Amino acid sequence: MKQHHKQAVERVVHGIFLILGLVTVACVLLITVFLVLSGLPAIRKIGLIPFLFGDKWAPTSQNPQYGILPFILTSIYGTAGAILLGVPVGFLTAVYLAKAAPATIRKIMEPAISLLAGIPSVVYGLVGMLVLIPAVRDIFHVPDGASLLAAILVLAVMILPSIIKVSMTALDAVPKEYEDASLALGATPIETCFRVSVPAAKSGIAAAVVLGVGRAIGEAMAVVMVSGNVANMPSLFQSVRFLTTAVSSEMSYAAAGLQKEALFSIALVLFLFIMLINAALNFFLKRSKEE
Amino acid sequence: MLTRKTSLRKKIGIGCMKALMWLSAGLTCALVLFLIAYILIKGLPHISWQLLSTQPSYLNGTIGILPDIMNTIYVVLCTLVIALPIGVGAAVYLTEYASNKKLVSMIEYAAETLSGIPSIIYGFAGMMIFCVFFKMKTSLLVGSLTLVIMNLPTIMRTTQESLKTVPQSYREGAFGLGAGKWRVIRTVVLPDCIDGIITGCILSVGRIVGETAALLYTAGFAHVLYPNIIRGLRNAGATLTVALYNYAKDEGEFEVAFAIAAILLLLTLAINLAATLVGKVFKKRRNQ
Repeated sequence: MKQHHKQAVERVVHGIFLILGLVTVACVLLITVFLVLSGLPAIRKIGLIPFLFGDKWAPTSQNPQYGILPFILTSIYGTAGAILLGVPVGFLTAVYLAKAAPATIRKIMEPAISLLAGIPSVVYGLVGMLVLIPAVRDIFHVPDGASLLAAILVLAVMILPSIIKVSMTALDAVPKEYEDASLALGATPIETCFRVSVPAAKSGIAAAVVLGVGRAIGEAMAVVMVSGNVANMPSLFQSVRFLTTAVSSEMSYAAAGLQKEALFSIALVLFLFIMLINAALNFFLKRSKEE
Repeated sequence: MLTRKTSLRKKIGIGCMKALMWLSAGLTCALVLFLIAYILIKGLPHISWQLLSTQPSYLNGTIGILPDIMNTIYVVLCTLVIALPIGVGAAVYLTEYASNKKLVSMIEYAAETLSGIPSIIYGFAGMMIFCVFFKMKTSLLVGSLTLVIMNLPTIMRTTQESLKTVPQSYREGAFGLGAGKWRVIRTVVLPDCIDGIITGCILSVGRIVGETAALLYTAGFAHVLYPNIIRGLRNAGATLTVALYNYAKDEGEFEVAFAIAAILLLLTLAINLAATLVGKVFKKRRNQ
């Protein structure tokens, strides 16, 4: 009788843990379903092509237009700019810290980089507002410093810690024998670094870049504070609006109806972008593990 | 002759790479120092007892961030209370129970997907699910529920990593003594992976404290002081980060914004330190 009772308890506990394990799956499904369901109506009404490739966003004008090409392009340009600036600096810092730096410097820099990763995005936005915007205005003599350039600079700083950390993990995992063999063959330490260690860690470094892309394209708060938030086609010194900030900035005052539904559709487009990037990230991480 | 030429070229190349590496590392270092110095210099002078201990008053024209501090604490507590059992339970299921490989990889893939979703999407999805579909009103509770989904992967991952380091012999010993699976998990496995759970908590606290985009349209903006957590959770409220955004972007109160930024920076520092410390303490204990 007691044995029977014990077995029942075990079965119930097993069931509970199974349910807890499935919560994450349920969450992903829930988010996906809600984003798709709420995003589709507006796309159906506006039409996929005019929505994605229309170059004018004017939901409140007499003849409302819902083209999100400016947001898509701004997100792509902004991310590309951030990657262009952030990846070389982050990558070289990672190589230095993982392979060339004395132990003490590494010990000091690692917590510093963690701090950089932990600073809330609004704080980056605040510093950007008060440092970068005036700097851009004064250096380039433009009327308003709130621009794509300021956003790119903030994003470049914000993706730096993820790029450094993931690249360092990959570089640390390179087997020491590879490097020793290279050194024994007469290569200098720096040559060994760039000809042996870096190629051996290339999947991990690729994962770092993809992670940076994901961070940059998904960032909202810091970007909304420095980019000026006007729905222009992207141009370096003009006020622009990203996919993320398009969702957040009009949500509070958009009237129910097509304008609000169009915002839901923008969220869906952003979500699809992120899913693509996630798939790429998983691919590189898996390959890096296999190596 | 030829070898000499290439070696000179090689030397220049090596010198260049070295210089670039130095430059990048120096730039990163300078950036961190600048950010810390700038935020602290601009923020610390404006932190006062009055700022920390009052709520905003239109009569006196003063701003206080006590409501925002309390809201942040409420959200952190509520999120952890809900997310911990789910996250730890999921990790236990994956490492102790699951035998179906497909199911395991599905759950892990879901967790990875969740950790890749940006916070603005969480905010939007949270609003759609809780506020629009379930007709809940914008409140700290809805904000916390949104953050629960966001922090599940973190708690799951750290717990799972810690569970993997529990020696198999502990479990076998307990089974050998006749304990059932649940008993073994409760009395042997979970106590031994407490470090992973604590690390997960600390990392989650860091993420919750720093979160803004997910809370904007789920938890709202109000700077009202609620006397207890129950009242707080039922009403809308701004956390510290949301308050910073609000004061900087909408009200132009940069002194208050920087004071909050300095507090957030110090909190981040403390949280990072705590995470490293926990790791070190438990590593030592393990090696003994």
